Amino acid sequence: METLSNYIADYLELSGLAREILYAVLIVAVAAGVFMVALTISGLLTLAERRVAGRIQSRVGPNRVGPLGLLQWLADGLKLIMKEDLVPAAADGPLFRLAPYLVIVGVFAAFVSVPFGQLLIAADLNVGVIYLLAITSLVTVGVLMSGWASNNKWSLLGGIRAAAQIVSYEVPAVLAVLSVVLLSGTLSMQGIIAAQGGWPWHWYLFHNPFTFLAFFLYFTAAVAEGNRTPFDLPEAESELVSGYNTEYSGMRFAGFFLGEFANIYLMSAIATTLFFGGWQIPGVTPEQQATSWGLQLVGLLIFVAKASIGCFVVIWLRWTFPRLRVDQLMSVCYRYLVPLSLLCLAANAVYMLLIPAGSMIDRIIHYGTAAFGGLVGLIFLWRVFHHIRSVGDRLDLNVLARGQKGRFDPRIQARRYGKFRKKRYSKETG
Amino acid sequence: MNEPLTLVDLVFYGVAALTVLSGAYAVFSGNIVRAVFSLMGTFFGVAVLYGLLAADFVAVIQVLVYVGGILVLMLFAVMLSGNIETAARSNRAGSIILGGLVGIVLLLFLITLAVQGPWIQTDPEAYRATTASIGKMLLGKALLPFELLSVVLLGVVIGAVVIARSRKSEEADS
Repeated sequence: METLSNYIADYLELSGLAREILYAVLIVAVAAGVFMVALTISGLLTLAERRVAGRIQSRVGPNRVGPLGLLQWLADGLKLIMKEDLVPAAADGPLFRLAPYLVIVGVFAAFVSVPFGQLLIAADLNVGVIYLLAITSLVTVGVLMSGWASNNKWSLLGGIRAAAQIVSYEVPAVLAVLSVVLLSGTLSMQGIIAAQGGWPWHWYLFHNPFTFLAFFLYFTAAVAEGNRTPFDLPEAESELVSGYNTEYSGMRFAGFFLGEFANIYLMSAIATTLFFGGWQIPGVTPEQQATSWGLQLVGLLIFVAKASIGCFVVIWLRWTFPRLRVDQLMSVCYRYLVPLSLLCLAANAVYMLLIPAGSMIDRIIHYGTAAFGGLVGLIFLWRVFHHIRSVGDRLDLNVLARGQKGRFDPRIQARRYGKFRKKRYSKETG
Repeated sequence: MNEPLTLVDLVFYGVAALTVLSGAYAVFSGNIVRAVFSLMGTFFGVAVLYGLLAADFVAVIQVLVYVGGILVLMLFAVMLSGNIETAARSNRAGSIILGGLVGIVLLLFLITLAVQGPWIQTDPEAYRATTASIGKMLLGKALLPFELLSVVLLGVVIGAVVIARSRKSEEADS
């Protein structure tokens, strides 16, 4: 970005202070751009969450605003902006107002070093990974602040639970990330991607069995850090009303939600970068990719596709698993995740010492782990489809079974999805 | 000192003001929770100052350790103690005169150090990423102090566990 700034400054023949002001303006513009991207992503994810939840619960979900409901998130945002911004009389006013900003800034500032493409990154910091881990700690402070300032026991309990959970699960997450940092020898996000390759057996996910394990440790810990089900104790509706955001309304309430959804994308993007080869295209070297705009676009699409799959899995988890208890939550972290992630870190170090990179054994282990991982994935998918089939009734996809006039047509549904419904009903009644 | 004021200087003065003011609020505020929260401004300001000095690694670690760790710990300590909002403003351990004297002496010492210290000046163009050299230093020249520090920290962790456990077993006995 500095080169771009210098280029424009040379072109306009600016000097001294004007040049610096131009640089500052560019920084602000890029920051605004990153903010808008993060905002759009989290808005679309709220829609994705509701649609996926609808499918999982055999209903349709919001599909009225715009084609396929694609504009629903804008309508939600507009509604929340227009709502009154209430501050409870007994709340600590300034802290209460400040807290949502900390949550938003903590998550959105992390998007600065998310490598969407080979050239598409706001700032390829030399300390990228640690920066991501550090700046998201603002969320902890924001959540604690909102819990305290609300002057409500449910909020305070939710805030303290959230902070305890984030601080605890940061340990296995950081240790799992460190395994990858150890292998790549750099903290820069682009450097970590460049150390991998396009094909799955070049990814750090399949580098060796321990990085395979490290990915699952990271993913679990990241879901917990994002306060998502099955780790959503801070918002446990049945116990705490809504946790730390109980007292919030209007746009400040939306701030917490935007933070949560941006965080889902952020954790998927980090996982994509660290374990799934980021924007690398199979069969194309980074040098080739750097020369072509078309390949850059393909790289961007590959990154977004990988990260979106991660987001889908997080949403899927939410609507599949029940919530853990507090003691289970802590024992999962300290009894299982922390020792396992320490083991991963140590094993990766030993692996690097014993097996020279690029040797025959090294490559065989890559291929073996990739084959194992692919097999596990295939078996998993087979089980998923088996379960869907064995439910006995197809998902109620009314929206797809529409006739010419846009109305639900049972004949079309029967043709497309079989007559499961009819059979079951006839059995029950007859 | 005759150089023209650059934007970096303005950023420096702004951040320095934030650091000092939020530190002052933390000292003088009667509300302990707000005082702890205002420390966040100090920690962040110091991190930005490190960043302005081209110490990228130290800046990020400052945020990670102080905002993500120590501040949260302090908040837990404050929020979990009873009657925190009605607590007395401060514990009067010594007199104001003695405290002021110590403060003034410390201030004078720091000013002398800042003015007369043998500071190493580097060319701003020569700023480089510091992570690799810090790593090499920690595992090379400074290995012994690094390992000693980790032993001290291990001792602290074990001590904390012992204190926490013994209280629990007493409760179980009674």
